[in-house]
Amino acid sequence: MRHQLLALLARQPAYGYELKQGLEQTFGAAYPQPNIGQIYVTLSRLEKSGLIRGTEVTQEGRPDKKVYEITEKGTEELAGWFEAPTEGPRVRDEFFMKLILAEGTDLADQLTLINNQRRHCLNTMRGLNKLAATERGNRTSLLLIEGAVLHLQADLDWLERCQEELT
Amino acid sequence: MTGAEPTPPLLAAHALVRSHLSGSTLIPAVRGISLRIDRGEFVAVTGPSGAGKSTLLHLLGGLLRPDEGELRLDGRRVDRLREAAWARLRRRHYGIVFQSGNLLSDFSVADNIELTALLAGMSGRTARERRQELLEDLALAHKATAGPGELSGGERQRVALARALVNRPQLLLADEPTGNLDSRSTRDVLALLSRYHQQGTTIVLVTHDARAASTADRVVSLFDGRIADDARVEEPPDAWSSANGVRDVIDFGG
Repeated sequence: MRHQLLALLARQPAYGYELKQGLEQTFGAAYPQPNIGQIYVTLSRLEKSGLIRGTEVTQEGRPDKKVYEITEKGTEELAGWFEAPTEGPRVRDEFFMKLILAEGTDLADQLTLINNQRRHCLNTMRGLNKLAATERGNRTSLLLIEGAVLHLQADLDWLERCQEELT
Repeated sequence: MTGAEPTPPLLAAHALVRSHLSGSTLIPAVRGISLRIDRGEFVAVTGPSGAGKSTLLHLLGGLLRPDEGELRLDGRRVDRLREAAWARLRRRHYGIVFQSGNLLSDFSVADNIELTALLAGMSGRTARERRQELLEDLALAHKATAGPGELSGGERQRVALARALVNRPQLLLADEPTGNLDSRSTRDVLALLSRYHQQGTTIVLVTHDARAASTADRVVSLFDGRIADDARVEEPPDAWSSANGVRDVIDFGG
């Protein structure tokens, strides 16, 4: 959840509960929402790593609360996250985060994210083609590769859908 | 794009625009595409249906004329040529293959290839030699006397490819050549394309199949009649193996 929170803070400084609302509004009911406890734990870790800075705000008659803002180091971390293509089988989750959260951060635009991810998928596909050529004759291996190819094709088709809807 | 370059690209499209008439409304299919294809390149054109892929390919092959823009072949302006001149250009320089294969159903595989060679202007003897070469090259020798109806989808597509290659084209245009093929036939057709590419044929491949696209060295992604991305596909490092390759995509749950 680190990058989601950083992305929201890259738009503007916020309190913990505002970040929870921000995530809910951004992703809607289809995405599992973190509880407020998880958010505060993540915020305190981010603060310890110097990626965000918290400032106490005194409130009359109520306990102080902290407003958080992203630091330069945090912005760098976030830019790096946007820039790196998303790896692994959970690509649709993490890439989707980047795509949705990019808006308003000035750190990445959606078409660039989609293009980079497409390039990454095609390069991986190229690797799988090469692998299939060396594994010719090994049925088990070829079946596994074919599974991976179909997953990648699905990712690429879905990237097209994202492009149709978002850009 | 002056055409005065020392070695002009094989194909140079500049700001191509083309609309189709649907009923009484004009639907823009290609909305301003500039593209340079150098000799020896293998370029895949991808994008969702309706993005303008096929229209672009037809424009590049002179099967459609652009409403606006320029097309140069070998530095020479060709977008205003008449059909007869285009037909000559295609016979001499182009090979074109479509998803449907377009075989002559009353003729055998061998005759399908030989007739194409004769139509391309070869002598009877050269046409027969070329037929024999291609039958062997595309692993179709055992089907030489079969009719198109007796062929599998993959075999039909290989015959279509043989017909497109009969004139040893500089430029091969292929529109979804693996469109309705099973996985193994797809692999065979792609392997053939790669081989001809390695022998120097310039290829433009329109495809929706990511495996086909990643066979090319360069992928042009169309979206809504325009180029959204134009990227080189990188050759994976030799150390690339199943360890990171497949695991990158499939979760083993481990």
